[in-house]
Amino acid sequence: MPFSLLYTPVRRHHDHGRPHHHPHDHPGPDPAAGHGGSRKIKVVRRVLDANDRMAQANRQFFGAKGIFVLNVMSSPGSGKTTTLIRTLAALMPALRCAVIVGDICSTFDADQLSVSGAPVVQVNTDEFGGDCHLAAHVIERAAAELPLDALDLLIVENVGNLVCPAEFDIGEDCRVVVLSTTEGEEKPIKYPLMFRECDAALLNKIDLLPYLDYDLAQTLANMAQIHPGMPVFQVSAKTGEGFEAWISWLRERVAAKKG
Amino acid sequence: MHEMGLALEIIDIATASIPADMAGARVARVNLAVGRMSAVVPESLRFCFEVARRDTPLEGAELHIREIPVTARCKDCRHLWAIDEPVFRCPICESATIEIVSGRELDIQSIEIQEQDA
Repeated sequence: MPFSLLYTPVRRHHDHGRPHHHPHDHPGPDPAAGHGGSRKIKVVRRVLDANDRMAQANRQFFGAKGIFVLNVMSSPGSGKTTTLIRTLAALMPALRCAVIVGDICSTFDADQLSVSGAPVVQVNTDEFGGDCHLAAHVIERAAAELPLDALDLLIVENVGNLVCPAEFDIGEDCRVVVLSTTEGEEKPIKYPLMFRECDAALLNKIDLLPYLDYDLAQTLANMAQIHPGMPVFQVSAKTGEGFEAWISWLRERVAAKKG
Repeated sequence: MHEMGLALEIIDIATASIPADMAGARVARVNLAVGRMSAVVPESLRFCFEVARRDTPLEGAELHIREIPVTARCKDCRHLWAIDEPVFRCPICESATIEIVSGRELDIQSIEIQEQDA
């Protein structure tokens, strides 16, 4: 990574689209401080600086092409792929969609998703060290495989993991988390960062409610405790129940970006 | 889970931060701020750092991690408080319109370079 004296500020890109430059953050030797005969040099850089810059570049790139980017995250086994297959079926062909799917290894998810007719790129993160998340540079590389001039919506199915993907901006417009009824009620409390960072949640497998000791009200209360006001769509990717609200929510957002 | 990648980034940034007039110097210490709400386990990060620093200007360097508490400000009543349980709502006016002020940090704040004998 090239070194630059222009330091980025100590902040995440929550305010999408606005690059920050704090020219007063210039580094310099600080002779006053330092431990035992050492010279202290102020740095002030986010460790994820390289990723954040690449994410910002992705955001500008997709923005210029009018492509809406949706980052879908969840734990493994929540039914993310099945949810996306049904989502694609509802949106296509009116919306031109493509998918980038991340897994540590295998192409099972891509094989299933490609049945939708949408172009699918499978990213296996084992070539990136078995990464637990998709990083911005991986999205840039994978997107190059897609017909970017004939695309309205790019869905990124992130690696199944409720921890790390929340930390990595990939240049998306919107983040959603898929949670399923078989995972218990406590997930939002256990993984607050993920549920804070998402714009909406899909609560999947509601067709199983009659067979589970599951406290739906408690789950919704837990979500509201971590992210008050976040829309929660109760769906069954198997039966299609509850998809109308989710699809129209997503359609509105994609249309808003198209302008 | 991605602590090794973070350790490598830290080493890259710290190495690049050595001033040109001190080329060849060794970094003795890296001061890092880690927010409690970042997806980082300090012990794992320290372990990865110790593995990754070999054969770099950070060989033998200490990774000093300052943990930053999660604080939030209510956008309605301006109350500022530390979040020590997972409730993201203003304890005074119950507003849900809050901003996280700290706790998301993952920042290198400074490096310390061993002064070489003149």
